Amino acid sequence: MFEYLFQALTPINLMLAVVGVIAGVTIGGMPGLTATMAVAVLTPLTFTMPADSALIALAAIYMGAIYGGCYAAILANTPGTPSSIATTFDGYPMAKRGDGQMALSLATIASVTGGFLSVMALLLLAPPLAKVALAFGPPEYFWLAVLGLTLVASLSKGTLMKGLLGACLGLLISFTGSAVIGGDMRFTFDQPALVGGVNIIVALIGIFCIPVILDLVSSPDPHLEVNTGDKKGLRLREAFGHVWREKVNLLKSSGIGTLVGALPAAGGSVASLIAYSEARRSARNADEYGKGAPGGIIASESANNGTVGGGFIPTLVLGIPGTPPDAIILGALLVHGIRIGPDLFTEHSAVVYTFIFGLAIATLIMLPIGLFMGRYAFKAFVAIPKTLLVPGILLMTVLGTYAIHSSYADVVMMLALGLVAWILSRAGFAPAPIVLGVVLGAIAEQGFVQAWLIGSANNNLLGMYFGRPISLVIIGLIVLGLFYPLIMKRFKKKLMVIDNE
Amino acid sequence: MKFSRFSKIAVACVAAFSLGMASSAMAEWPKGDVTYITNFNPGGESDITARMQESTFKKVTGHGFIYQYRVGAGGAAGWAQLNRITSDGSAIMGINTPHIFLQPLAGNVGYKTEDVNVVYIFQLTPYALIVPAESPIKDLDDYIARAKAAPGTMTVAGTGTNSAPHVAKESFDYHADIKTTYIPFTGTAAASAALLGRQVQAQWAFTTAGVEQGDRVRLLGVAMEERHPLFPDVPTFKEKGIDFTGGARRGVAVPNGVSEEMRQEMSDVFAKVNQDPDLRKRMEDAGYVLLDIPYSEMAEYTRKLSEDYQQVARLLGMIK
Repeated sequence: MFEYLFQALTPINLMLAVVGVIAGVTIGGMPGLTATMAVAVLTPLTFTMPADSALIALAAIYMGAIYGGCYAAILANTPGTPSSIATTFDGYPMAKRGDGQMALSLATIASVTGGFLSVMALLLLAPPLAKVALAFGPPEYFWLAVLGLTLVASLSKGTLMKGLLGACLGLLISFTGSAVIGGDMRFTFDQPALVGGVNIIVALIGIFCIPVILDLVSSPDPHLEVNTGDKKGLRLREAFGHVWREKVNLLKSSGIGTLVGALPAAGGSVASLIAYSEARRSARNADEYGKGAPGGIIASESANNGTVGGGFIPTLVLGIPGTPPDAIILGALLVHGIRIGPDLFTEHSAVVYTFIFGLAIATLIMLPIGLFMGRYAFKAFVAIPKTLLVPGILLMTVLGTYAIHSSYADVVMMLALGLVAWILSRAGFAPAPIVLGVVLGAIAEQGFVQAWLIGSANNNLLGMYFGRPISLVIIGLIVLGLFYPLIMKRFKKKLMVIDNE
Repeated sequence: MKFSRFSKIAVACVAAFSLGMASSAMAEWPKGDVTYITNFNPGGESDITARMQESTFKKVTGHGFIYQYRVGAGGAAGWAQLNRITSDGSAIMGINTPHIFLQPLAGNVGYKTEDVNVVYIFQLTPYALIVPAESPIKDLDDYIARAKAAPGTMTVAGTGTNSAPHVAKESFDYHADIKTTYIPFTGTAAASAALLGRQVQAQWAFTTAGVEQGDRVRLLGVAMEERHPLFPDVPTFKEKGIDFTGGARRGVAVPNGVSEEMRQEMSDVFAKVNQDPDLRKRMEDAGYVLLDIPYSEMAEYTRKLSEDYQQVARLLGMIK
């Protein structure tokens, strides 16, 4: 299969990888323009290319867009794509205190590593991983979403009650519209615009971005601290040092990303949230998470780029797209007359392996491109006066929101949610738990109801939720995550008692 | 989406151009490239269908398509805007059944079925009942026997509620006099994964799924009058004495302002496109069935469909 490596290295394929990554990073870096949108917009352009080149271009765009999301997350506390929600938790605090460039370097290294490892998994482990993905049924999705929701406990700065209330608000927002299961119209108030529910991107931009803009306007301070002296520049050596210290976290998060990406009903946002919560749980410096811990950025960014390679596993092995951009790429494959099936890896091996190598190359190219673009993104972001920055971001949020469905209703909804989120943030409610509720609510609800329906049909409700091996592992992680701090406290006290004797 | 703005400019140019032509040329449709609005994502079945048509459309008319997408609310976001698009014939919108009949029955979705002026219906994707290849369910008789032996224990996946697969499930169960449990999923990907992962025992989908999933699945039956040429061994439900045929249909619609004369011309063009042997082969290889309902017969056809879907809506419990 290595003969296809050279096919991936042809000038045209290399050029498409570079152009794809740059286009992806640019689109993904803008709040409101997501990886799905980047791929959807550029897909028709690839219909005239040969199949392998088209695939490489689309996958490079996808990889770039997922990575590009970190720019806005780190510099403006606004996830550029839903996949970088967890990157804001530590990325923005780092940027705020003057370590913005280093945060970008960390994110770049983690993204490239996570992406590359996931592509290697796609190359070497695709069939067994596809089997694992299929073993995830409704109860597993439910518990996975619950595991993600436990993050609320650690994300609610200040009081836990406010974090929980915020998450509930997020859950309510996620219920809006015609229910996937049952078809009931919920919280639509007879408005056609609400029938489709609140789009995740709309909620994301509104809840994260608008309060940031309003805060920028309401204080005279500069938007980011800028370090001068020896703390400026990309600080690559320092960044690599951090990554090396976090190597276990990096590998684990890349693995979580690859696996979650391979699950057809969960994507980059879920992967990065779960990787983040796992990194925080196992970190020695858990207290620093949320205040600018390098480990948080590494976990989130390696996991979300891990979903790219992971998502292609069910797409190529089963013809079932692992993530929404994969669905579009799968459609593009069909337009090229390539039918996904068990014989894809043998019958179309030239296309498939050329594509996988092309994606690996695109991922590696992302390191220099990312560091270069990140450097200028940072410089430009810092140099822009606030009076230009604020209207600029506002314009982008409106355009990005409008671009989702070409709908003014979405823009109104985004601004309304933003205003509510800003008022709530003044009252001490952080935006992260609300968004967590929106992102995970739908997955949790659907998993729960599907499991209930299947369990009732088989007359085995309890076994459905608590009798399946993967579910039990996830439940174990939830319990561990929630009670770990308590157990540790007990343990430490005991040690102290022993010491005193 | 971003490129829709480009398309709008393109539409404006085409419109301006065609206005200039109108005085000199005969009223023949189309006068330039046609904006083809799809209410589902690029790469989805509706988009693939439109793209399969383009080369033939070019052969017949000399003009191509400009693709635009208005995605949201299962297509409703687009149909709600149908009567706001230009009515000079330079733009058409894809339609899907049962969507345009069932969505307005579920609540206020921003349009009514009678607002959608269907000009031509060109395709049918027949319903199919599928199981994993290694499923213990041997055939359709076995499926029905198992469902009868333990009512409600058979779990069947599908996409969404009050959707095409849901319609298929309720109609089949009614005609076969069985009771099964429908498990709705968001999107085909999740439903197919649930089937292959054996989370459910069967899945209501379309003949196209049989093509896409290849030999990982078995079709128990298809909701067609005659067997599908790609699946000669798969019986129709009718053969088994279950009076259930149908599927999801695709066609094109125009806003109210388009003249009767132009609608007829559009219908004639799509009829010609559908006759092309190349197109027929490509569509059939992908699992679709071609259907020809011209504009002249549309009123009668949609009236009949509407009656059928009223009955289905009662089965689904959407209306009393």
